[in-house]
Amino acid sequence: MAELIFLYLAAVIIVLSVLIVTRRNPVHSVLFMLLLFFHIAGLYLTLNAEFLAAIQMIVYAGAILVLFLFVVLLLNLKEELTVGRYIGSWPLGLSAALALLLMVLLSLRSFIAGPEGRFSAEAIRAETNAKILGRVLFTEYLYPFEIVSVVLLVAIIGAIVLAKKRLRS
Amino acid sequence: MVPLNWYIYLSAIVFIIGAAGFLTRRNIIIMFISIELMLNAANISLVSFSHFLNDMRGQVLVFFVIAVAAAEAAIGLAIIIALFRNKATAHVDEIDEMKG
Repeated sequence: MAELIFLYLAAVIIVLSVLIVTRRNPVHSVLFMLLLFFHIAGLYLTLNAEFLAAIQMIVYAGAILVLFLFVVLLLNLKEELTVGRYIGSWPLGLSAALALLLMVLLSLRSFIAGPEGRFSAEAIRAETNAKILGRVLFTEYLYPFEIVSVVLLVAIIGAIVLAKKRLRS
Repeated sequence: MVPLNWYIYLSAIVFIIGAAGFLTRRNIIIMFISIELMLNAANISLVSFSHFLNDMRGQVLVFFVIAVAAAEAAIGLAIIIALFRNKATAHVDEIDEMKG
């Protein structure tokens, strides 16, 4: 049963990824992306990561994707539907990506898993995923957490500076 | 029980599709969507490692990746808007001022 659920999610994720990078209309790509994020959230649920599944829905599907859709509709790309989708040197890019795939698949065969941690599935079930994640985040990873808040602040200021109109002096 | 390898292969395939989209598409918005695809592929492998190694650090890392992806999307889309205002195009092969 778990295998069937995984195979369904994996098949849908791969098909949607191909659709996203090949569709002519950017709005279609963004909407397929929405469907993809829901399926990735489902994949997180099969891996006992409920908190991340919720974050995936809220941050990715709720915030980032709306931002993308907003920009796509703002730019009003009418001529997009008539010109070619790919750059002139697309065979070069595609062969580079396929070479990367070959390299990754070959290197995966020599993969050795690292040492096991403290949080088994039973320990997580006893205390809930969000509680354990919060405890690890706010004790062991407090400094990275603070740095991420600075990164988000820089992103806000940078987005305002970049997108505002230049004042003519 | 689904083996760890399946998740890693899925992650590799999605990453490669994203990389291929980034390297071949002409529209800069689709290129940004491809970057998000690659970040999500990395997240899949991190969460699966976290689950199979009984460790929480993978999920903490995914939390940070999602935060950085949100920052990256905000900055990147601001750059696209600034670019569109100056050049009135979203095609990367028409942006050739630097003759790279």
